[in-house]
Amino acid sequence: MRRLSIALICLVLVVCLLPVSSPAQEKVLIMATTTSTDNTGLLDYLAPKFKEATGIELKWTATGTGKALKLGENCDVDILMVHAPPAEKKFVSHGFGVDRREIMYNDFVIIGPAEDQAKIKGKSIKDALQTITSKQAVFVSRGDNSGTHKKELSLWKAADVPAPDKENWYVQTGQGMLATINIAAERNGYTMTDRGTYIKYEDNLKGNPPLKILVQGDAVLLNQYSVIAINTTHCPKANYDMAKQFIEWIGGAEAQQLIKDFKLLGKPLFTPNAKM
Amino acid sequence: MDFIFEGFFEAYKLLVSGNAETYSAILATVKVSSGSIACSLLLGIPLGFCLGYFDFSGKKTLRTIVDTLMALPTVFIGLLVYAFITRRGPLGNFGLLFTLPGIGIGQTILALPIVIGLSATAVESMDQKLRITIMSMGANRRQLFLTSLWECRHGILAGAIAAYGRVMTEVGISMMVGGNIKWHTRTITTAIALETNKGQFGMGVALGLVLLAIAFCVNLSVSFLRRRY
Repeated sequence: MRRLSIALICLVLVVCLLPVSSPAQEKVLIMATTTSTDNTGLLDYLAPKFKEATGIELKWTATGTGKALKLGENCDVDILMVHAPPAEKKFVSHGFGVDRREIMYNDFVIIGPAEDQAKIKGKSIKDALQTITSKQAVFVSRGDNSGTHKKELSLWKAADVPAPDKENWYVQTGQGMLATINIAAERNGYTMTDRGTYIKYEDNLKGNPPLKILVQGDAVLLNQYSVIAINTTHCPKANYDMAKQFIEWIGGAEAQQLIKDFKLLGKPLFTPNAKM
Repeated sequence: MDFIFEGFFEAYKLLVSGNAETYSAILATVKVSSGSIACSLLLGIPLGFCLGYFDFSGKKTLRTIVDTLMALPTVFIGLLVYAFITRRGPLGNFGLLFTLPGIGIGQTILALPIVIGLSATAVESMDQKLRITIMSMGANRRQLFLTSLWECRHGILAGAIAAYGRVMTEVGISMMVGGNIKWHTRTITTAIALETNKGQFGMGVALGLVLLAIAFCVNLSVSFLRRRY
């Protein structure tokens, strides 16, 4: 019996000592990105193709754009894929990042219950936000300093309404996009999302979700995604060569076509727009 | 409500079909939680034993501190560990961020106060007459130590199980320090958080059941050992 327990302990030890990380010589590029590129499955789809083309393994951690930029500033990653152009430009001008390249876009939409209690359907984004404020309809916000949240705040500003904060009808979730959409559905409220995540949500619910797109198409609703390499003068250990390779690859014809072909429910989630 | 039943079905499917993603998360969870529990037992049992066994000034204060640390929130530990191991932190050179050993450090910090506190309690609640009995049988100091340690093994084991449960089920540290990287640092709990965020509730339930199944196996083997000794 004693032998058995010794064997058991040995087994546990062996499991603990199993090589924890893959061999060091393997080429690994670490990326911080936003929840939308991860939740929609875009990176799951692109990473193997990138490995095929360059032999580099892409590892990513998905958070809001705010935290992703922070991880970049702290030199914890080699590359960023984010969607908050003003914050990105600031990031680059502070010397944290280089080689910012715009790679694709989709757009933001306002979604809400089909019965549309505040009657915002088809309105301009400005009118819609003003109506939501005056009718005090439930509006669910990311509230997490992500790219989507930054965009939403700028839209309140553009609509000349003080950005809500403590109001009862304004719900700040502090969570990812899909979680926020689900909360909006539970509260029967409105929210703003990128179209890619919305299509994913539609797909999750087999094409028949309770929340529908009500406001779309305004030029200000454009949602631009970019990649940024971490500046090696700020972070000497950042893996610039591989980051550069990724930037060239994702902006190249092959990867741009892959992005174009990435569809759910027959709808494209992102539109490639890298300048070649 | 449906997704709970869907979850049972899904869990069965994941385990039987040998779903690679699930097994990668299971392996990450088992590796990192066994590693950190082993470290915290190695450090914690001797410390806890000393804390319970010896009388010294400031013992009560120390006890209160240890008991307070049992309530350390996991996200807070995650943040602390992150501050040390980010590439710009004091331990940045070791490249521990987004790795399992990085998570292990955080989980060891999480488990340590539990192991120390509960071991100390186990030693304190030991029958005081035992010490006299052992000494009257002519035991030397070392034998006295070892016998006392052996006598409170059940209490210490209970502490170890409680700590293991806490380590295996935490999300904050794994998310903050590990980054939930697929195939590498995605543990079962961060996978549950992700699937729930993605609205895949059935999958979340399934992974929760898988975690429970692992906990069941661990407790089963522990109770087996306990019956033997």
